[in-house]
Amino acid sequence: MRIAVLALQGAFIEHEQMLKRLDIPSFEIRQKRDLDNDFDGLIIPGGESTVQGKLMRELDLYDPIKEAVEKGLPVFGTCAGLLLLAKKIKNDDRVHFATMDITAVRNAYGRQLGSFYTESEFGCIGKIPMTFIRAPYIETVSGSAEALAAVDGHIVAARQGNQLVTAFHPELNDDLRIHRYFADMVRSASSK
Amino acid sequence: MENNRFELNKNLAQMLKGGVIMDVTTPEQAKIAEAAGACAVMALERIPADIRAAGGVSRMSDPKMIKGIQNAVSIPVMAKCRIGHFAEAQILQAIEIDYIDESEVLSPADDKYHIDKTKFDVPFVCGAKDLGEALRRINEGASMIRTKGEPGTGDVVQAVRHMRMMQSEIRRIASMADDELFDVAKQLQVPYDLVLYVHENKKLPVVNFAAGGVATPADAALMMQLGAEGVFVGSGIFKSGNPEKRAAAIVKAVTNFTDAKMLAELSEDLGEAMVGINEQEIQLLMAERGK
Repeated sequence: MRIAVLALQGAFIEHEQMLKRLDIPSFEIRQKRDLDNDFDGLIIPGGESTVQGKLMRELDLYDPIKEAVEKGLPVFGTCAGLLLLAKKIKNDDRVHFATMDITAVRNAYGRQLGSFYTESEFGCIGKIPMTFIRAPYIETVSGSAEALAAVDGHIVAARQGNQLVTAFHPELNDDLRIHRYFADMVRSASSK
Repeated sequence: MENNRFELNKNLAQMLKGGVIMDVTTPEQAKIAEAAGACAVMALERIPADIRAAGGVSRMSDPKMIKGIQNAVSIPVMAKCRIGHFAEAQILQAIEIDYIDESEVLSPADDKYHIDKTKFDVPFVCGAKDLGEALRRINEGASMIRTKGEPGTGDVVQAVRHMRMMQSEIRRIASMADDELFDVAKQLQVPYDLVLYVHENKKLPVVNFAAGGVATPADAALMMQLGAEGVFVGSGIFKSGNPEKRAAAIVKAVTNFTDAKMLAELSEDLGEAMVGINEQEIQLLMAERGK
């Protein structure tokens, strides 16, 4: 198993370190020729969605990645990554891959003073640490998308088939369980 | 772990990595910067080149002007306060700025003490020209460091000097024996714990950006290859012939900083770069402010 990490801008190294701790090989995607490598899953990290969205279009990454996700490539988006996958962003006209049936709210907790840490239940995993940095949340899920975690009544994690998103940053805490959960998704997709 | 502001503030800097933070003076410029791919903007009334040209005392910007920029863009907005001027910092916190730059670009308000940044909930970035300065600022509560460089000159030589100095001091400490670290702490005038962190992790405990004099995609790529985790561009963009194009090119150069072929394409046809001034021609060395 090999997982690619979109490394255009943001906290991609942190994801690579989590994968390393799980003994999963990874590599960075910074431009189109990096897609020639074989990989079984993709992580879209936190950062600024406006920057990543612009760069992936200008570097000709948009179409091939969108197509791969639509064909079933397991993908995990954190924070900005969630916004890149959302079909709708309530307070932003720009959408990006738009492959996941969720409506997100950008900067939903306000500016940096609204950033916070908490612990909450996640799907079947149990209580996990959650760090929110100028984070979005999910207002609604539709279609086959399913909410996996909620904080103060707002959805902060969801899954739709091969797509997993969190509004928080599991790569910033020590807990490996979310990355392990995604690795299991990748494993079961590649065994199909 | 509780709701630790220092951790959350360090985390925001992590999200800015691999990005370009651009100086802007109007909402229009802020929108151009955002559209060009800036990961944050620095709101200020005058860019460093103009501060340098105007002379006189340079202060925190008008909060109204900063709010105009906050309303114009969705990316994080930073603003500068004077070194040691904690009241200006309190004002910036009151308008919910995302990052405060306690900056040598403005006239220092205190020639001895920096702001006690641990007293604030919003994050601070501070300039440093060597490891000692960086660790002293971190000890005071800075959650992000940038090289001082020499702002407003369009000359990258000082940013290079500061980044090289920091990296070589980090390498030196990383290779030292454990019992030598106590003396390093004494020499650098910083707590032993911070020296130990650098020794064990071979890096600063917070994100480290390049700043001061970056004017071209090649400058940005140079700083990234020297170990910067992202780049501030001040006067270099809006003092140039084609700000949109230059800004977008610098953003891409930071993402693909080792791909010389792409850098060559990005460097084509950017129009006039800011004229700049050489180190020997500078009257005022801003990097000497606040140590």
